[in-house]
Amino acid sequence: MTKLPDGRYVDDAPYDPQVSIQQLERRDLDAPNWVLIWRKFKTHKLGLISGIFLLFCYLMLPFAGFIAPYGANERNSDHLYAPPQAVHWVHEGEFLGPFVYPITAEADLETFQWVFKPDTTTPVPLEFFCEGAEYSLAGFIPSDTHLFCAPDGATLFLWGSDRLGRDVFSRILYGAQLSLTVGLIGISVSFFLGILLGSIAGYFGGRIDWVINRVIEILRSLPELPLWLALSAAVPSNWGPVAVFFIISIILGILDWPGLARAVRAKFLSLREEEYVRAAEMMGASSGRVIRKHLLPNFMSHLIASATLSIPAMILGETALSFLGLGLRAPAVSWGVMLNDAQNLASIEIYPWTAIPMIPIIIIVLAFNFLGDGLRDSLDPYQQ
Amino acid sequence: MSILRYAIYRFGTMLLTLLVVSVLVFVIINLPPGDYLSNQIAELKASGQSAGVAKAEFLRKEYALDRALWEQYMIWMGFMPGPHGFSGLIQGNFGWSFEFDRPVREIVGDSLWLTVLVNMAAIVFVYALALPLGVIAAAKSRTWIDYTSAFVGYLGLATPNFLLALILYYYGRKYLNIPIGGLMDPSFEGEPLTWEKMKSIMVHLIVPTIVIGTAGASAMMQRLRANMLDELGKPYVETAIAKGMAPSRMLTKYPLRVAFNPFVADIGNLLPSMVSGSVLVSVVMGLQTIGPALLTALKTQDQFLSAFILMFVALLTLIGTMISDILLVMLDPRIRYEGRES
Repeated sequence: MTKLPDGRYVDDAPYDPQVSIQQLERRDLDAPNWVLIWRKFKTHKLGLISGIFLLFCYLMLPFAGFIAPYGANERNSDHLYAPPQAVHWVHEGEFLGPFVYPITAEADLETFQWVFKPDTTTPVPLEFFCEGAEYSLAGFIPSDTHLFCAPDGATLFLWGSDRLGRDVFSRILYGAQLSLTVGLIGISVSFFLGILLGSIAGYFGGRIDWVINRVIEILRSLPELPLWLALSAAVPSNWGPVAVFFIISIILGILDWPGLARAVRAKFLSLREEEYVRAAEMMGASSGRVIRKHLLPNFMSHLIASATLSIPAMILGETALSFLGLGLRAPAVSWGVMLNDAQNLASIEIYPWTAIPMIPIIIIVLAFNFLGDGLRDSLDPYQQ
Repeated sequence: MSILRYAIYRFGTMLLTLLVVSVLVFVIINLPPGDYLSNQIAELKASGQSAGVAKAEFLRKEYALDRALWEQYMIWMGFMPGPHGFSGLIQGNFGWSFEFDRPVREIVGDSLWLTVLVNMAAIVFVYALALPLGVIAAAKSRTWIDYTSAFVGYLGLATPNFLLALILYYYGRKYLNIPIGGLMDPSFEGEPLTWEKMKSIMVHLIVPTIVIGTAGASAMMQRLRANMLDELGKPYVETAIAKGMAPSRMLTKYPLRVAFNPFVADIGNLLPSMVSGSVLVSVVMGLQTIGPALLTALKTQDQFLSAFILMFVALLTLIGTMISDILLVMLDPRIRYEGRES
């Protein structure tokens, strides 16, 4: 307590602005659940930022071809393993707007490597909304306009080029299309299976519960990667990249559902004894309706949070499979496929930029983890 | 039920699980159309080498690959007499590797023990790292120690471990002169176990252990921290502080013991992911574990080899989970022996 000059007493304890947010008022109790969740989630800064970032990434996916200056498999045979090029703005004290210095490759006969020398006398300005390699916007609108691309007579390798002279930056954007959606498809499969089997086991109990429970236990006790490997090795090699992509994401999902199913089952076991379930049953609701309308909404938000937390495992799984050559295969572009090139130490040491795809992987996985944590913490708005 | 009976019961369920797993593995292995030999025969026929065809046909008969799938399974497991009588996994015959043209036993040989060794080392690493860090992070929650460990933990979770392997190798060799690749100096391979060889293996184990263990350690640290934080808010902690106990002694004496059980039980989750990780990391680092052999076997459809390795990997995790379950019952008298069914 501090006595102010005017004779009032003021509490010294630091004021926590969170308290007023967490304090529930009468009208808060009537507010829809999602409003309360959102209010609490907003205070979780890291989760909020991650969520916005991920939203941005996913919204960008359809436009990957537009943002990328090169095509996914466009080769520049004159510029193999070109180092990253900087975009400059000022040339000899004069502001020119974004431009690059053209680079030329020279063979170094001592180390047998290409040496790239920028020609710093002739700045070449970047072109915007120019024509380049063909791609399809959002997967179905064919287009060849790019946001920016390399001017004539120069190259634009923002993050260098790989062993076939393909632009790493462009390929990361294209790779995001597959690498980021693999997790979503996989999680949908796992979500579907997990909720279906978990709710059947928990709601009906008895023998079917026993069987499902054993399956869950067995699948959970097995190491995922060797099984993933075995399953993807079974994918026929003559399938197209799209089919392989779908089957790989389904494989990732098939082995992921037991964890979810177990959570659903445990919840159902306790919830099915509640009065409102009894009431619904008395009124003649079918089991399917009771499960969907009365039981699932109770903890859907929890399921979504745990799903968010298992997406990273799938993204990492796809990366690992492709890295080992058993996942997606060229010409498909994913971050794992790109890293396949960076498999040995020599290439990382000499051409470190071929390992750049690991940066988006780490960032995306971190973002999903933060988002999931934030969601999980804010899901129970009635909890103080 | 006594602890012994529980152990026996748990062992029984493990064997049953293993049986189911064997069916699963066999089905998965046989998912791709054809088998190693039929592919080889087709290839040989296409190139017109009839001599090879005869040998491959002979091998097909020899290993009962021309029979129905369920018969193949029974013969492989040793439940049914094959062309050479009962000779399957339970009789200790691991089968023949077509790719390497040698018995599976010879190929996997030492690598089985090295696999166990690598995984044990990784588990010890996980516990040794996660236990102190988790406790400290909880005790000093919302300080820089907590934030730093959380940050490192998240980073450990997010980095694919094959990348970590490459990075650590690169810097380990550059600055610390840690040898690259393999689990021992090449000169020791196939040599009897000596002190020198042990030392060589130890040095080579450093990087793989860190790589395989990091993700598990970060996950476990975060869970231990959460458990500890739950316990730290309870009245008995306040009592302990009120009666003037030293903080470190109070931590280890009360909340840690309660938070410790989930920590031990977690090995059931930890082990499968760890074994997964070790397979991947072995391929990247060229460790002489079963990882690289598994990859080759899967790619070439060398079915007996890959099936055996998958079985071994499953057995490893099942044994680990069983041990953790038994350990948990010994640690916590509140846990019922019968498990959830009763």
